[in-house]
Amino acid sequence: MQTPQNLKYTSSDEWLLLEGKIATLGVTDYAQDQLSDVVFCEIAVGVGDTLDKNSIVATIESVKAAADVKTPVAGRVTEINEELANMPEVINTDPFGAAWMLKFELSDPAELDSLMDAEAYKAFCETRGH
Amino acid sequence: MTEPTIYELSSPGRIGFRYPAPDVPESALPKEFMRQDLPMPELAEVDVIRHFTHLSTLNYNIDKGLYPLGSCTMKYNPKINEATARLPGFTFTHPLQPIETVQGNLALMYNLQEQLKEISGFAAVTLQPSAGAQGELVGVMIIRAYHRSRSDTKRTRILIPDSAHGTNPATSSMTGFEVVHVPSDARGNVDLDVLKSLVDDTVAGLMLTNPNTLGLFDENVIEVIEIVHKAGGLVYGDGANLNALLGIARPGDLGFDIMHFNLHKTFSTPHGGGGPGSGPVGVCAKLADFLPSPIIGIIEPATEEIAPLYGFVTPAKTIGRVKSFYGQFGVLVRAYTYIRMHGPEGLRKIAEYAVLNANYLLSRVREYYHLPYERTCMHEFVVEGNWPDVPDIHALDDAKRLMDYNFHPPTNYFPLIVHEALMIEPTESESKQTLDAFADALVKIAEEARVSPELLREAPHNTPISRLDEVKAAKDLVLCCWIPDQE
Amino acid sequence: MYIPHTEAETSEMLKSIGVKQISDLFNDVPLKHRFSRLAIPPGVTEMEVLEELKEYAAANEQAGELACFLGAGVYNHYVPAAVDSLLRRGEFYTAYTPYQPEISQGTLQAIFEFQTLIANLTGMEVTNASHYDGATATAEAGVMAYHHFRGKRPKIVLSSAVHPQYREVLCSYLCGYEDIHIETAGKGESALSHPDNLLKLIDQETALVVVQYPDFLGRIFDFRNLVKTAHEQGALVAVVVNPIALGLLTPPGEIDADIVVGEGQPLGIPMSFGGPYLGFFATRKEYVRKMSGRLVGETTDAQGRRGYVLTLTAREQHIRREKATSNICSNQGLIALATTIHMSLLGKNGLKQVAGLCYHKAHYAAKEIAKLPGFEVIGAEPFFNEFMVKCPKDVATLNYDLLDLGFLGGYDLRKEYPELKNHMLVAVTEMNSREEIDDFVQALKEVSDD
Repeated sequence: MQTPQNLKYTSSDEWLLLEGKIATLGVTDYAQDQLSDVVFCEIAVGVGDTLDKNSIVATIESVKAAADVKTPVAGRVTEINEELANMPEVINTDPFGAAWMLKFELSDPAELDSLMDAEAYKAFCETRGH
Repeated sequence: MTEPTIYELSSPGRIGFRYPAPDVPESALPKEFMRQDLPMPELAEVDVIRHFTHLSTLNYNIDKGLYPLGSCTMKYNPKINEATARLPGFTFTHPLQPIETVQGNLALMYNLQEQLKEISGFAAVTLQPSAGAQGELVGVMIIRAYHRSRSDTKRTRILIPDSAHGTNPATSSMTGFEVVHVPSDARGNVDLDVLKSLVDDTVAGLMLTNPNTLGLFDENVIEVIEIVHKAGGLVYGDGANLNALLGIARPGDLGFDIMHFNLHKTFSTPHGGGGPGSGPVGVCAKLADFLPSPIIGIIEPATEEIAPLYGFVTPAKTIGRVKSFYGQFGVLVRAYTYIRMHGPEGLRKIAEYAVLNANYLLSRVREYYHLPYERTCMHEFVVEGNWPDVPDIHALDDAKRLMDYNFHPPTNYFPLIVHEALMIEPTESESKQTLDAFADALVKIAEEARVSPELLREAPHNTPISRLDEVKAAKDLVLCCWIPDQE
Repeated sequence: MYIPHTEAETSEMLKSIGVKQISDLFNDVPLKHRFSRLAIPPGVTEMEVLEELKEYAAANEQAGELACFLGAGVYNHYVPAAVDSLLRRGEFYTAYTPYQPEISQGTLQAIFEFQTLIANLTGMEVTNASHYDGATATAEAGVMAYHHFRGKRPKIVLSSAVHPQYREVLCSYLCGYEDIHIETAGKGESALSHPDNLLKLIDQETALVVVQYPDFLGRIFDFRNLVKTAHEQGALVAVVVNPIALGLLTPPGEIDADIVVGEGQPLGIPMSFGGPYLGFFATRKEYVRKMSGRLVGETTDAQGRRGYVLTLTAREQHIRREKATSNICSNQGLIALATTIHMSLLGKNGLKQVAGLCYHKAHYAAKEIAKLPGFEVIGAEPFFNEFMVKCPKDVATLNYDLLDLGFLGGYDLRKEYPELKNHMLVAVTEMNSREEIDDFVQALKEVSDD
């Protein structure tokens, strides 16, 4: 299972890539494995929207499950991945790359402290098993 | 092999059914509202008969064989029920006729209410909900209404054990409650310590399935209910597993405040390929006023010479109407017929043999499939459908392979607390022969898993169609045969 | 009874389990409550139960013997013999929900065809496998609209000419959402007012506008203006329809309705004292994921053969659990099959024919009743097969007397519409012959004379 070192992680299986004040968000390899074949993804926010901490930013559906994707930190949306709706399956094949969902500007970088680093997330996934 | 759709069979100009010519002078039609085109198929009667007859042959069904589906109670559907439900004196009655003209219907419904009360130990019953899920909704709505009537607005949480029936969490959140999960202990009972820690004055109630979806009767059920009652909460019983309790124990006696029945499970009304079901709800005395409206009551009591006048009663604090009219009447007639044919002894026999059959089946397969909870089961049991020495085989594969042995698979992947679960409920209407054949198939499959696993992984091989691409179905989303182009 | 076991078999089974008697299997049940005695009458045989049920049935008066002019959402239509003949096949009615598609293609394909037929009839793009009835389908439209706007639009504008029971059920379902409020035509306005009176209630807070076509009082209105206004305000529009009327009338899909719901009973389902019936639900493709209820989709198997499966199940209660927007589990399975067979049999021509018969017979009846002194046919709008009659006496009394003459009179509107005292809602279908209609008119005259 992949867990890129340069990312931050949440306990609900989202990842964040931090570049200055801009964060990119997606779901992890563990998440896509749990979901199995993704058939649908809808980004629920638009460019310019304000995000509250823990608000829902997207929904993903597979044949077996439906999941809400949340942002662990507050911000303002700067870009969304328009392509994703047309090829939701990249969430399975490239969860850390082409399956990025949105970029947003952080309102309070201090909130990042609650996120896990790669090692912590890996350990966390191991405790969960299935 | 593939049966064409009615649209593919259609041929312009074919007539399937003729009405008599109009016997009245024609009136002007409202030109601005006239439909330009009616894109419906055109088939002859023989086309329709052959098409649907062919489709029927592709279905597994109870009349063909066993459905060991846990918590579904797929028992035999008696044919006499079909005859009584079709009596013209029932089918030709309009729900809005004056009550004096439908005393037969109302008496039947009243008597059914009374019988269900007696069977379950409740003070009042509504026959209105159309299905188990709707019965549950009514149950949770009553819980909410009860607390509101006491001006107790703090109670926003509903406790649901992890061994609960599938619809319970959805029903709770639909009604505005927060769902709190309660784990089961090692014996498959509700974990009493955790329950005690979770119960406080913010808990509106507990939704308990007993026997639960592990097929186990909660050994502490009385205490569980008392804990919730002491904290001021109500206890809702999911009646999906009532088949194990008929004539054995009455949920009302055990302390349940509300329970829904599934007439299409416990009381033999047919599943019809997905409905219609019927989900009456029983309540204890203090909740009777909250039942949906209307219920059937006696408007004028009987005298020496005349029968009582039955009619509709609006409970004093009703939660309102949840369906048009009074309930799935045609289904109620079937359930009534069934209960009348059984009487108290017959009903008890149902529970006895349902439980006997499940335990017998378990005794035949327990060496081959891991049983996570070492207890006497009730009418169903749950085993694990995979084995540590063949990690590539999953419960799904066992299920699909059973079809090659001419059995419908059991419920799988539920309850969630058992890994790769196979939930098996034979019901009382299956003979020892059928159970032995089913057990033999399960044993064989356990062997095949080691010796020729691809038989399982690629199963089914002998069915009209093989494993279908569900991912493609969800992505392409073709939900109609043919839609005419819309400008 | 239906338990096949012999004593010998039971003994063998007990031995295999390792208990002496069946009652030993119930030791987990608290002793105090074990083996409850049920005070219900003893069981009877098949012959006896049939006699008993026949007595119940005989204690009713029914449309098979009376001439029926009662509608109000449930209609006495002819059910072709082929429908029940197919429905009685055990392969259909004793089948389970099609969760195992490999052995349920019969049920699945029939539902797929049902979905298509309803979509075509209503002029919409997608439909589900049915709800319990027209009332719950209407309620689910409200729930869907509420969730579509994520709870940000808490208002539902509801015409008071929508079936009273459907409005009740809509309210029952939406009361779980604290902030929702439902507005019907402004206070003081009667149900008889034009639906354009609803326009002023539609605003940016409105999630859904619900109207009926033909409405509960039988009238046909042009909703294009209403749909336009609703869409300008960003609200959705749901239209409750009579499916038979759609054999003649422009379907709501063509005027851009967002949701079409209705009661399927007129499509080959006996009146059966209120159920089981069928609620159909149709909408646009863009809302398919917001729609509750079962859905069947087309796909292929490993050999490339066309087949059908339940799809988008991730929306449903057993997967989403507490995040599901509805808890609905079953559809009306066999009832949907019955309507599918009925619609297949009638087809394009049959549906047009029966709609035409209902229309013309109802208009004939209205004209004849209008000639009676003391009676007035109300409503300037076009109507389909139901119309309001202002009577010289209260409707309950008239109906009582009509029964003696062998007629089931129309619906007493006073109950739900207090301003419509002495108004009867008369329905006419293809089952009413001209002679019957003439006799009814004559009977009305007789029972109103005094």
